[in-house]
This record gives sequence, C-alpha cells and structure tokens, in this order.
Amino acid sequence: MIPRFWRKIKYRYDIVGSICESCGSKFYPPRNFCPVCRRKSRIKEQRFNGRGKILSYTVVHDTPDEFKLNKPYVVALIELDDGPIITSQVVCGPNEVEVGMRVVKAFRKYFEDGDDGVIYYGTKFIPEDKSMESVSSNSSN
Amino acid sequence: MERVAIIGVGQSEFGELWEKGFREIVLKAGIEALEDAGLEGKEIEAMYVGNMSGGRYLAQEHIAALIADYSGLSQMGIPSTRVEGADASGGLALRQAFLSVASGLHDIVIAAGAEKVSDVGSEMTTDIIASSADREWEGFVGATIPALYALMARMHFTKYGTTPEDLALVSVKNHRNGALNPKAQFRREITIEDVLRSPFVAEPLRLLDCAPLSDGAAAVILANEKVAKEYTDAPVYIKACTQASDYLALQNREDITTMRAVKIAAEMAYKQSNLTPDSIDVVELHDSFTIAELIAYEDLGFVEKGRGAELIREGITSLDGSLPTNPSGGLKACGHAIGATGIRQAVEITYQLRGKAGKRQVDAETGLSLNIGGTGATAVVTIYEIG
Repeated sequence: MIPRFWRKIKYRYDIVGSICESCGSKFYPPRNFCPVCRRKSRIKEQRFNGRGKILSYTVVHDTPDEFKLNKPYVVALIELDDGPIITSQVVCGPNEVEVGMRVVKAFRKYFEDGDDGVIYYGTKFIPEDKSMESVSSNSSN
Repeated sequence: MERVAIIGVGQSEFGELWEKGFREIVLKAGIEALEDAGLEGKEIEAMYVGNMSGGRYLAQEHIAALIADYSGLSQMGIPSTRVEGADASGGLALRQAFLSVASGLHDIVIAAGAEKVSDVGSEMTTDIIASSADREWEGFVGATIPALYALMARMHFTKYGTTPEDLALVSVKNHRNGALNPKAQFRREITIEDVLRSPFVAEPLRLLDCAPLSDGAAAVILANEKVAKEYTDAPVYIKACTQASDYLALQNREDITTMRAVKIAAEMAYKQSNLTPDSIDVVELHDSFTIAELIAYEDLGFVEKGRGAELIREGITSLDGSLPTNPSGGLKACGHAIGATGIRQAVEITYQLRGKAGKRQVDAETGLSLNIGGTGATAVVTIYEIG
C-alpha cells in the first residue's frame, strides 16, 4: 500500500486537484480526463484554497482498525468555495459539527502502520472559527 | 431478442453458516434450482457466477471454474464466467445470463451468486466490503460504507425532512417479513424502539439500520421461451434486465440523495418492458442500509423525490400494502450474501409470482428487483412477469 499512497502525496498533503480549461469543471482528486469533455479535455493541475462549508456529515463509531484510537471521528462532504466537493475528516467534537458549518483545511495525521510503520498524513478540516487557536496550539490530531 | 423465462430457482439459507463451506452452499442452491426446473444438468449450456471477493474472503480466485467443477458442469466443458460489481455481482450475473439467452446464443443457462464471508474475521469482512467504494479517496479518510450511506441519510434528512424514525420503520418492516421466511438470517420481529436504542455505527445510522454481511448462495435457471414450456407450467418471464453506472465516489455526484444509476436503469427497464412503476406488484430491493430503501422508492419512480418516507409511514410497502417491498425480509433480515444477493432477489420474485412464497405470499403478477453495488456506482434493475 505504501507506493500507492506515496504516488498521491502531493494531492493529499494539500488540496491539489485539477480543472478542465474547456468546460471549467473542477476535480478533486485530480482527473487527467474530463468526464464532460472527454477527448476535448484540457486538464490543468490546480490548488484549491481549502475553505468551504459542510454539506453533510457523519460521526463514525464503528471504525476500521487504523482509526480505533480516534473514535468517534467526523467525516464530512465539504463544498469548497473555489472548487469541487471533497470527502474529509473534520477535527472537532461529535457535538460541534453541523450542516452548513464553515471549515478550513489543515495538515494532519490520518493513521499509522503499527508502532514502527509508516505514518500517513493528509488534509483534514477544522472549524473556521477555531482555525487561529488551532494553529497556535499545534493540535496533534 | 428472444424472450427469456426463469424455469428454476434455488437458494441456500443465508446467515453465519460456520459449518458449511463455499462449495457446499453453492451446490445446495444449484441442485435446488436444477430440481425445481426438472433438469438433469446436461441441458445447461453456460454458467454465470456473481461473486464479489472470493480472492479476499477465501483467498480463492477462479471461482467460476471452481463452481462449474463442484456442480458437475465441467465434465461437459461448458463455459463458466464470473462477473464482479461489488454487491451487484449477482445482478450482473443474472444480466449476463439473460443476454446470452435473449441473444439467441443459448437456450438454457444458469446464473448463480455466492459469497462466503465468515471464514475471515469481522474486521477483515468490513475492510473487504469497503473496497466497493473509492479506497484511495474515501476509504483513506475513514469513510466506511456505513459512513457514506450516513452522509446520504443526513442529506436526505436536511433536504426533505426524513427522520430516524422513518429509517427505523424500514428495518421493522423487513424484520417482520424475514420472520416469515424460513431461509432468512434473522427470523424475528423488532420494534422501532429496538432500532432507535441500538448503537450508532455511523450517525445517524444505527446497528439495526444496517444489513448484515452473510454467507449464502442462490441460483436461477433461464431458458428461451421456446423450450421453457417443456420444463414448467409457470415460467416467469424476464421483461427487462438493465444496468447503469455512476461515479464511484459520492463526492463526484451531483446529488447524493439520489442514485442516478438506479434512475437510469429503472427508466430503461420500464421502457423495455412497456410497464410503468404503477403496474409493479412486488419489489425486492437493495436495503443494505435503511436509507437506501427510501431512496430506492424514489429513484424507481414509486414516489417523487424526497417523499420516500411516506410509503413506509403509510404502510404502502408492507406485505398487506399496495406495493409490498422486500417480502423476503430484504438484505436487512434475509441477509446480505454480497455476490448472491442479486440472484436471491430473483429467486424471491419467482416464488412470489408463482404463488409459492408461503406465509409471506403477496398478490402479484409483475415484479421488480433492484441490486446495487457499493454506494450506487452500479445498479441492476430487473422486471418480471408471470407467463
């Protein structure tokens, strides 16, 4: 699984997706072929600014092994202000999250392969009103 | 196109079949289907098998050859093909079998579906089913299959006012039906309170909103109508068997309160069969999660978008309602043997249309089944009519 993860680091560590210059469709994760324009696709890589709002969310209680220590955790569909919809974790308490809540991207750890395995990092989201305090407290979540 | 009829059906029991191996449950379903059709076996010209993940559940690939072997069909050298579409694998096998007869290539074929999940632990079982969504971009962030359906449920709640109680009613209905099905995994009734007190899996979905993952197998024998009458007085005709696809990940879909693949497949099926949603008498659909049943009511055209909950509140989809849905108990109570489910649905509709469904019998001449892969990236709709 490591090579598979490694190949996508650029897109996971920040919100780097793509845009089709023919039709303006934006994609995350990036696509190299536009499903609207197909052969007329003109795809270019694009970094999205990472602010948006929650369209739907769930608090996950029955978790895969690698997320046991985080449980329960919040997964949301987030509509980015300047881009597509993204599935991500939201770093907040299960009672804090709500539909419509504004969130901002943050670089965070997702999980690790056991005690001495690889650590998988990626982008999560934090509530916009907490983004300043979070930067200063350097949350480990 | 040739007309295609179901002339024989068989099904193993569904559940945690610890004492039975993959080969045994497949054989049970296959033999039952042959006996039901009155076939010896040598009349069968081809076999199609739906199986999602023999490779990971059993560390056994080449499932089609294995099944042909153990059911005695390799002796005749007939072609046997496995098809995979996550938990729509059975539906795909049914459709491939249907196409092979409809095209005129074959006269009699068998479509089977089988999954044996209990030989690996529950963690592994869950991980394997998670591969029916987008592993790299959904699985990575901890969006399990229940979590993805939970996102759909929350969106449906927000947009249309559907409630946890509405979801609970689906589970209660399907358990009530399953209690009447001798082959169901859960043959007991439950209450709304039982559902609402069960632990959360992924909010707002609770344990009793989720279908189990089960062991089980099912088989149907399809024949060209020209030969069907030699074997049965009650052929069940397949009027249409259609399939459609959607984006694999929820995040790429325009509206997650609808399954576009279901809508497309359903529209094609109604058109090909010259039937409308109003003319369907009985339905077996893919309630892997309770929310999926409500969304399916809408996408199959039984009620307009957003109003699925009305059908369950008003009892319209109960056994004694005007559109009985999941008389078998559905995936929730009959069990969800992944690759077997699409075939198992065809078996149930056949029992119902023949009038042989025992205590759960409804009054029906036409039926519809809906089999879904993952979170809706594959959908198969089949419409049936008694001859």
